[in-house]
Amino acid sequence: MRQHHHHQPTPTTAHPAAIRFFHWVWVYAIGCMVFSGWQIYNASPSLPFSFPRWTALGGWLGGALAWHFSAMWLLAIDGLAYLIYGFISGHFRRDLSIPTPRAVVRDFWSALTFRLGHRIGHYNAVQRLLYLGVIGALLLQVTTGLAIWKPVQLAALVGVLGGYPIARNIHLATMFLIVAFVVIHVVLVIIFPRTLVSMIVGRPAEPRSRA
Amino acid sequence: MNGARRSPVVKFKDIQPELRRLQRRAFLRNTLSLGGLALLTGCDLSTNSGVDAALKSILRFDDKVQAALFSGRRLAQTYPASAVTRPFRFNAFYAEWQVRGIPDGWRLEVAGSVSQKAPWTITALRTLPQVEQITRHICIEGWSQIGHWSGVPLRAFLQRIGADLHAPYVSFKCFDGYWTSIDMASALHPQTLLALDFDGQPLAPEWGAPVRLRIPTKLGFKSAKNLQAIEVTHIFPGGFWENQGYDWFSGV
Repeated sequence: MRQHHHHQPTPTTAHPAAIRFFHWVWVYAIGCMVFSGWQIYNASPSLPFSFPRWTALGGWLGGALAWHFSAMWLLAIDGLAYLIYGFISGHFRRDLSIPTPRAVVRDFWSALTFRLGHRIGHYNAVQRLLYLGVIGALLLQVTTGLAIWKPVQLAALVGVLGGYPIARNIHLATMFLIVAFVVIHVVLVIIFPRTLVSMIVGRPAEPRSRA
Repeated sequence: MNGARRSPVVKFKDIQPELRRLQRRAFLRNTLSLGGLALLTGCDLSTNSGVDAALKSILRFDDKVQAALFSGRRLAQTYPASAVTRPFRFNAFYAEWQVRGIPDGWRLEVAGSVSQKAPWTITALRTLPQVEQITRHICIEGWSQIGHWSGVPLRAFLQRIGADLHAPYVSFKCFDGYWTSIDMASALHPQTLLALDFDGQPLAPEWGAPVRLRIPTKLGFKSAKNLQAIEVTHIFPGGFWENQGYDWFSGV
């Protein structure tokens, strides 16, 4: 990354308008899905814990399901539009190439020792791993969600996931992965608040290297 | 046991003021929840706010999507007898001690767009062809259990009473105060039963005696117990939970 080996031309905006739009729609959609999901979980916890009442969205099971089955469209449409945009615009190829394990270890170590530079508009190997990870988790969440929404009509999908009760627990576990990503993501934004400005109003990408 | 259940010890009107107080308290707590603070106040389908109206209209859209995804030929998975969940979990909109026994002189009434409106005794229902199924009962709360039911396919019953099979809805009224309704396509699904037996025995009151709906292609609350009347209708009938905000189609 720090050596200028055959990188693509730098885009003019670190976070293009389309990415910013998808991002903020996601914040709302994922927020609705997670908080209503907690209320749905609380109706019949499959593990020995419940989510705090004050975090629940929808007031009761019926309200929470209404939120969940409404926000799911927003999440799905936003996700689909992002995937189409990502492939067509070259966003995935340019910004989210799969990092090598070595690059992840190297950048993770640099980050731990506070030597990893953060350039707005360029993703290091750890960031790429996290973003690809959360995209994968969201795709898994939509898949397991469809399976437990329609376990008879989509019986083959439920079968692949190991049956209805297991698919429901995978849906819960994947929620935790997504929430873990959000926590890490928000902590990093607090450390690098410039990225928040860029995600709201858009900023020119910084030069790839200042060294 | 059944006799003791016939008249509940605690009447609804006795506990009504207490219930009201609890509901008020729950309302205040919900309003103070994250849903109330960070998002939109009181959007739990109980108000006439724009957001609740939007949620309800999306639920109606979801019902259309669900009806389109439904196939009258796709069967719910069936299981071996060894997979049956024991003990089987009781569920209703009231506690188990409030279960009512079969009223004296009970008959299954039929109404609406049907040509033969004579009521049915259990003996008469048992003369119709019987089928059995071991299927998963999935509750809207997320838990599920596998049970063994047998009875009359609803399709056969509807044909027998000369029902208008092009009517859009079949509604079910129960003598425990519950009611629900389903779409005709789901009513004609081969696994939709008027169940008379549970686990090889005639239905006990807590499992819906003397006859209940068993519909494995929908969430559990659609499988109404303790049936009193079946109506084939062109007017949207709603249901006990559906009118409070559970989505009406609730297919799985």
